[in-house]
Amino acid sequence: MSDATQSGPVLAADGTPLKRSLARALRAQKMRALMLIAPLLIFILVAFIAPIVDMLFRSVENQIVSETLPRTVVGLQDWDPTDLPSDDVFAALAYDFIEATERRRHTRLGSRLNYETTGISSLFRQSGRSVDEIGEEYTAQFVELNAAWETPATWVALMAPADWITAEAAWAERFAVVADAARIATQAVAEADEASVGQAAAAAAVARAEASRVELEQPVFRLSVAAQEVLPETSDAYRSFARTIQQVDEETPTAEVPWNTVYLALYRDLSALDVSGYNGPMADLLIEADAAVETFEGLTPREAWGEVNDGWLDLDNWATIEAFSDPFTAGYFLSAVDLQLTPDGIEAQPEEQRIYILLFKRTIIMSMAITLMCVFLGYPIAYLLSNLPSRTSNLLLILVLLPFWTSLLVRTSAWKVLLQQQGVINDLLVWVGLVADGSRLALINNQVGTIIAMTHILLPFMILPLFSVMKTIPPTYVRAAKSLGATNFTAFRRVYFPQSVPGIGAGCILVFILSIGYYITPELVGGRTGTFISNRIAYHISSSLNWGLAAALGTILLVLVLALYWAYDRIVGIDNVKLG
Amino acid sequence: MTSDESQAFVAFDRVQKSYDGEVLVVKDLNLHIGRGEFLTMLGPSGSGKTTCLMMLAGFETATHGDITLDGKPINNIPPHKRGIGMVFQNYALFPHMTVGENLSFPLEVRGIGKSLREEKIIRALDMVQMGDFINRRPAQLSGGQQQRIALSRALVFEPELVLMDEPLGALDKQLRETLQFEITNLAHQLGITTVYVTHDQTEALTMSDRVAVFDDGRIQQLAAPDKLYEEPENSFVAQFIGENNTLQGTVSKIDADMCEVTLDDGSIIDALPVNVTTVGEKTQVSIRPERVEMDPSRLTPGAHTLKAEVLEFVYMGDIYRTRLRVAGREDFIIKTRNAPDQRRLTPGESIEIGWRPTDCRALDA
Ligand SMILES: Nc1ncnc2c1ncn2[C@@H]1O[C@H](COP(=O)(O)OP(=O)(O)OP(=O)(O)O)[C@@H](O)[C@H]1O
Ligand SMILES: [Mg+2]
Repeated sequence: MSDATQSGPVLAADGTPLKRSLARALRAQKMRALMLIAPLLIFILVAFIAPIVDMLFRSVENQIVSETLPRTVVGLQDWDPTDLPSDDVFAALAYDFIEATERRRHTRLGSRLNYETTGISSLFRQSGRSVDEIGEEYTAQFVELNAAWETPATWVALMAPADWITAEAAWAERFAVVADAARIATQAVAEADEASVGQAAAAAAVARAEASRVELEQPVFRLSVAAQEVLPETSDAYRSFARTIQQVDEETPTAEVPWNTVYLALYRDLSALDVSGYNGPMADLLIEADAAVETFEGLTPREAWGEVNDGWLDLDNWATIEAFSDPFTAGYFLSAVDLQLTPDGIEAQPEEQRIYILLFKRTIIMSMAITLMCVFLGYPIAYLLSNLPSRTSNLLLILVLLPFWTSLLVRTSAWKVLLQQQGVINDLLVWVGLVADGSRLALINNQVGTIIAMTHILLPFMILPLFSVMKTIPPTYVRAAKSLGATNFTAFRRVYFPQSVPGIGAGCILVFILSIGYYITPELVGGRTGTFISNRIAYHISSSLNWGLAAALGTILLVLVLALYWAYDRIVGIDNVKLG
Repeated sequence: MTSDESQAFVAFDRVQKSYDGEVLVVKDLNLHIGRGEFLTMLGPSGSGKTTCLMMLAGFETATHGDITLDGKPINNIPPHKRGIGMVFQNYALFPHMTVGENLSFPLEVRGIGKSLREEKIIRALDMVQMGDFINRRPAQLSGGQQQRIALSRALVFEPELVLMDEPLGALDKQLRETLQFEITNLAHQLGITTVYVTHDQTEALTMSDRVAVFDDGRIQQLAAPDKLYEEPENSFVAQFIGENNTLQGTVSKIDADMCEVTLDDGSIIDALPVNVTTVGEKTQVSIRPERVEMDPSRLTPGAHTLKAEVLEFVYMGDIYRTRLRVAGREDFIIKTRNAPDQRRLTPGESIEIGWRPTDCRALDA
């Protein structure tokens, strides 16, 4: 009896369980196999899997809103959509918007939101020009009260902790020295004679590089704990200002007067809070201002925004911002299937904007047509090839592959020449008399053109798997069928054809998947009615720059292909696919 | 069971075949097969056996000559109307059909009704003891089982003629022997005419009514197995069928049924003239190992004997096989039965051998 019938694990000669020693023996083999495929694996991960994952991610990603308008998004969380947001939200918008403008992010956000509600793009662009005016009346009143409010040093003392101030001062000193050296070196280059100009230029470059290195080392602005406690909104606004100045303008906050929005924040803090207990830096100045703000006059944030652009008093725009304030959104996917996310829920797009469902349908139907054409044209050829002696069949196979030797673009362009109304085929038909000169056939810039050209281009992908499968069907099967009494046709239908089905399956999958994502040929010969979904994806990638929508369309395409693949597996069985 | 031309079921008449227009693969084939006969084509590889079978089945056309089936020229009948059952070397069972479907195929194309079909299929499967396998696919069967199915598929539509092209070539010896027996039994039971191709001579001898030995596109001899073995008509057949000792010599004396041959070393032996007619002719004499006698007393008095030296003695169980040096050749074999009183030779021993003249055939050189 064999060991397998004993109870307990089977043991190897040295007493270790057989499974474990087998696993150990196989591990080395597996490692070697892994090493062999490692370069390809890494390449695929980097060049194929990663982009696909990134694409999938982009189709739902929507961080731009919450990243550009972080305070506004938080403020909108408990907003009643039937009314305009509160002043707090408008103030938050001011703090967010001025930073976004300085960092030149507001137009990007505008374009993003414009995919959802047209007109937002220009609202954002125009607002960017005058957002810095928000709060200016408060600035004026603070300065009038005490000119110290106009000096950057006041603000730094009030906001920053002592250690940051020291670090910043040390940096400024070094920076001045290096910058000076760089300036002198540059000047030397300008004045140097031709012989030594190279040398001087090199020295200048070194000096400038040193200067920029020092710049990078500028200590990032920090708030003091006291400032954060006593003036929460102001300190937040000031930090936003200080860091933007440091990072965007490469300047130091110690030399810049804050934005008007910071004064607005200060006004709001002082009106709302009691600062009498404060005894940190600039306490006197602050307490003086606290007493005075009651008399200040100015616009509320909402009014100020209304001045900037009355688009901000439009509920629809706020609804859009609110709807897309989540870091993830289904919006792209909804657009990709002709739906949209409105404040009232999901709705169909307006009739004239519904294009994607149509395009998906068209892509699938035309791909199927192309696949069928390839089967009908390719099957007899593959059959013929597989029954020829191998010398002849190899020669003919080269002819089948010949199209691959010329560029896809050239072939497609050739079809343009052949198929146009004044092209070779129409000329021939007219000459033969099949078609009247006045009614030449439209063979290009429509679906017919796409199907003809793509069938031609994809035909080898059908013929090759068919050929290699047919090659493995021994002729004795058909002979056997005939000897058993089957006519030629029956022998083909009942015996040969079923055995060639795996080849048809492989060819169909190849051709269908290739054609469903095809781009160049439909673009060139498809005209308006013969383009595929991929042309739309390309348009969003390169022209409209709506990458999220492109990614969503791509993801849907991917899912469609996988679903079809799955269905194929269920119906035909993927084991029935043979490439040779 | 030789049949004359008029009642032959299958007849090849001066048939020639060339594939490429340069070489004749089949040269002047004349063969008449009687109804119910089991005829085997035996020959070395490339001798044209399969080609003959394919011409009969209709997958190749004869370049020249006529083939008739039941008196009708076969050329005008397409393969599927010939009603010839065929068993291929690689079985050619349709891989995408179950055993049942494979057997059903020839019946379906003949338009036979479902119930009759099932009955015939079951009968055909039972004939080869494969009734339990009706729902298996060919890939799930062993080689011998596939062979049985191929056989029952070729028989299920009750053809009058069955062609088998090396049907047992891929099987091991034991299985081959079992199936050889089954095939001959079935063929005789059902009264089918069978043309069987093989290059295994034992198979040919044990199964057939007649054997056609092919070589170089010609039938070298067409005869019943015993006749073929014992009375080969030329040296090719003598060499090809069974083990044979050959000696080269020249005819030195010849009568109607006896001749003397002087071997190359000068010794003289008696032989039956088969392909020699005149004194001085070169000849090759052939004698079966089991017909060589070591005991001169068993020979006709006065018969010529030869001196021989024992080179090797091999014990093979049922027989002893001894290699001798005879007339300068070292490949002379004798076989003796393992009987209680049988003499065991030892290498180096010198003995005297001889044979009855009728067992030693003087053939073409
Ligand atoms: N389709 C073909 N085209 C050209 N030559 C062929 C073809 N089929 C067979 N031949 C040649 O004809 C000769 C006889 O072939 P055939 O198949 O009849 O031999 P066979 O006796 O069946 O040999 P084996 O025992 O090896 O099967 C061979 O020399 C072979 O090369
Ligand atoms: Mg053969």
